[in-house]
Amino acid sequence: MTQTELRPKADPARPSRFSRAVNSDLFHSFRSNPVAVVSAIVVMVLILAAVFAPLVAPHDPFNPATLNLMNGFTPPGEANAFTGDFFVLGTDDQGRDVFSTILYGMRISLFVGFSAVLFAMVLGVILGLIAGYVGGWVETIIMRIADIQLTFPAILVAMLIFGIAKGITPPAYRDQMAIWVLIVAIGLSDWVQFARVVRGATLVEKNREYVQAAKIAGRSAFSIMLRHILPNVMNSVLVIATISLALAIIAEATLSFLGVGAPPTKPSLGTLISIGQGFMFSGEWWILIFPALTLLALALSINLLGDWLRDALNPKLR
Amino acid sequence: MSTPVLSVRDLVVEIPTRKGLLKPVDGVSFDIAAGEILGVVGESGAGKSMTGNAVIGLLDRPARIAAGEVRLLGDPIQNLKGEALRRQRGKRMGMIFQDPLTSLNPLLTVGEQLTETIREHLDVSKSEALNRAIAALEEVGIPAARQRIDSYPHEFSGGMRQRVVIALALCAEPELVIADEPTTALDVSVQAQIIALLKRLCRERGVAVMLVTHDMGVIAEAADRIAVMYAGRMAELGPVRDVITKPHHPYTAGLMASTPVASRGQKRLRQIPGAMPRLDALPDGCAFHPRCEKATDKCRAEPGPTLAADEGRAACWYPLTQTKEATA
Amino acid sequence: MSTLIRVEALTRIFDVSKPWLNRVLERLPKAKLTAVSDVSFEIEENSVYALVGESGSGKSTIGKMITGLVPPTKGRIEVNGKDISSDPDSAEAAKVRADIQMIFQDPYASLNPRWKVRNIIAEPVAVRGGKTGGLAERMLEQVGLSGADADKYPHEFSGGQRQRICIARALASGPKIIVCDEPTSALDVSVQSQVLNLMSDLREELGLTYLFISHDLTVVQHMADKIGVLYLGTLVEEAPRDALFSDPKHPYTQMIFDAAPRMDAFGREVDPPKGEIPDAINPPTGCPYHPRCPIAVDRCSQEKPLLRHIGDTRVACHLAE
Repeated sequence: MTQTELRPKADPARPSRFSRAVNSDLFHSFRSNPVAVVSAIVVMVLILAAVFAPLVAPHDPFNPATLNLMNGFTPPGEANAFTGDFFVLGTDDQGRDVFSTILYGMRISLFVGFSAVLFAMVLGVILGLIAGYVGGWVETIIMRIADIQLTFPAILVAMLIFGIAKGITPPAYRDQMAIWVLIVAIGLSDWVQFARVVRGATLVEKNREYVQAAKIAGRSAFSIMLRHILPNVMNSVLVIATISLALAIIAEATLSFLGVGAPPTKPSLGTLISIGQGFMFSGEWWILIFPALTLLALALSINLLGDWLRDALNPKLR
Repeated sequence: MSTPVLSVRDLVVEIPTRKGLLKPVDGVSFDIAAGEILGVVGESGAGKSMTGNAVIGLLDRPARIAAGEVRLLGDPIQNLKGEALRRQRGKRMGMIFQDPLTSLNPLLTVGEQLTETIREHLDVSKSEALNRAIAALEEVGIPAARQRIDSYPHEFSGGMRQRVVIALALCAEPELVIADEPTTALDVSVQAQIIALLKRLCRERGVAVMLVTHDMGVIAEAADRIAVMYAGRMAELGPVRDVITKPHHPYTAGLMASTPVASRGQKRLRQIPGAMPRLDALPDGCAFHPRCEKATDKCRAEPGPTLAADEGRAACWYPLTQTKEATA
Repeated sequence: MSTLIRVEALTRIFDVSKPWLNRVLERLPKAKLTAVSDVSFEIEENSVYALVGESGSGKSTIGKMITGLVPPTKGRIEVNGKDISSDPDSAEAAKVRADIQMIFQDPYASLNPRWKVRNIIAEPVAVRGGKTGGLAERMLEQVGLSGADADKYPHEFSGGQRQRICIARALASGPKIIVCDEPTSALDVSVQSQVLNLMSDLREELGLTYLFISHDLTVVQHMADKIGVLYLGTLVEEAPRDALFSDPKHPYTQMIFDAAPRMDAFGREVDPPKGEIPDAINPPTGCPYHPRCPIAVDRCSQEKPLLRHIGDTRVACHLAE
């Protein structure tokens, strides 16, 4: 029954949602949400481990000088039968320490993820702001492109871009270029989300009276978008960015798993999983399982953190 | 005197927050008799809507009734839950909101919403419910009710929509109606129509009405008695003519004097200095004392006397006596 | 006193059609909404001119056209004899427009929540490259707040204080004209009187001219020198305050005066007015008020009445006298 729903009343003094949230409520809501706290700790530990991989990792898996093929296929938690060396999570076929490869792999995954989201965010926010503020045929063109792109699966778009890029780069540079192509490919497949949310928020903000006041003050359209509207849509952008980060990391892993992503010389988590799956049924399960679990933990905790952030910043954004 | 339809005693609503316990409603008592309209006025945050929501069981968590009694014709109804609350609400209590568009379901026709409510609360057949729905729409002055019953809410104008909401609130023949700013979103001419309708229905059906609004003019025209709230407490309670022409509480006096009507012909309006304190920063003693010219040490130390439902007019240590006009 | 603002045959038509593709598929014509229709009036320097009307009367649209937020479809707006409507983007018009500021209805939406009060108040000056040192403090003190408030954010203020900040912003560039769009209708009564008094004081001190837009007759009666009554985008009556309130000539004006709730009307039993405001996309022919008018005759539905003078009053009604 509609009568039973309680609507927000017009009269209570409404404090600005944003400023209150940032001052203290955000932190309070964080502390009172154990899922958010645990996710944040997991994400922090993983990010720190990845950033400081050279310091944390017991081995440098990409320095052939330190590798001993005799150490190949050492199971986790056991000493190698020939050399007596010990590896926490075991080694792969070439004797590389799985724990160390995961740390270095995560570096690549996170780098690609962050960069792709940043790229998508900048592109999407700019296009969304323009579409929402200018309106008319500019909006129609931008949003129809976005609609069309949404009808293709993101992975397909990324593979397409990846394929084209591979075709036009000389083979010598391919491995170096691969990471950057990945970033652009994932970013281009992800900007639509940002553009849509920012356009929606801009449509709301541009009709608010403070924007009219700025127009009367003589501010230019560009300046209004930048100084007035952008700060007020950043809440939504932040939430989308967090959730996109998890998606971007998974997209990177998917592409690498399919063999069109990070090269085996610079393996990301996806590349490691791809390598590991070959050994799954011959008994060396750890080569696949540990990178996969790391990817799961990373994506899941970023996602949970994003969910919490969305609820905390704006319960209506669901 | 017969039992009042609604009897509220020492109602306290609490909201636990990190900064401490807020009391948006603090020790409020009043009665509403059958066929009577009680106007509840106050500024934003005075607790008037919160009181209405507490009575009808619509408090949003974490707000809760912490103490006091709410009786509907003698039956305690405070803190009812689930099914029991649902049966009381709608059947015995109706609610009219400020914005008619959001209080109707946009996906159901007006007729569906009315018959559903009628059949939920009254034991009648489908065709009987439909007849009653049409009668209800006719009663609130919707022309061609039989044809319009299959229309959706968006097909009605703002004023007609508010009439539908009133029909919906009244169709199960409740004993009490809570109207929360029912005319605030409407234009002057439509507002007059809705006020006249509310008054007529209240009189003809003997419904008790709690009319929550910030508009003193609406109260003056519609209400029999008036309750003035300030910072969660009842400041003054009495017959509408007495309270408006001879207020006893300095706040009421200031409020009446600061309306443009009261200062007609003067260059400046009278004004009460300052603003109502926030609930998390209530001063000690009487909440009004920082804005009151007559405040003494007693006012600064002790909260004003608590106003009972049936005696006393103003929750003030030094009420303005009858001989003085509203010039405080 | 001299005329400061002259509005001539001002008209604004909004295109409220569905998107192009829907129109083609559903074979719909373009839908036009005439928000303001052929409105002319003059505002004298240092006076308060009020526009009253119900929703859809076009009063806010007129305010927006004068501040330049909405361009007029037809008609002229002159400020001090300079036309600002025919070429709204010219440097000349921009210079004149610097003298026009606006106060809005909703004090919660009219201040950017992410900005400090200092920057909010200084914005109209900063944008035009003026000096802003100490400006916010001076303006805050002028509107009855403390200079120390300049470094706070809007959410730290109550509704009435926010409206004072809006007034401070409007005054910062030293304008001559302020368009006030329902400046107190979101405020509580006790705060409303504070803000209205402040506006009166500032008008006297600074020699301001107000265009005061409101639906609240009691506020208009207190503030205005001259009042224009709008109905469905048409100016139906205009008169000096006392003439209008003592002797309203147009049936619509009479109706809203009767219908407005009054504080001295205890238990008043009035015959409420009939009908509601018609759809502005398909307005009635002839006089826009004729379907609801108690004294309408055949002529009213055919011929749109023009404004004519009766004493100090201008009224658009065939039957008024």
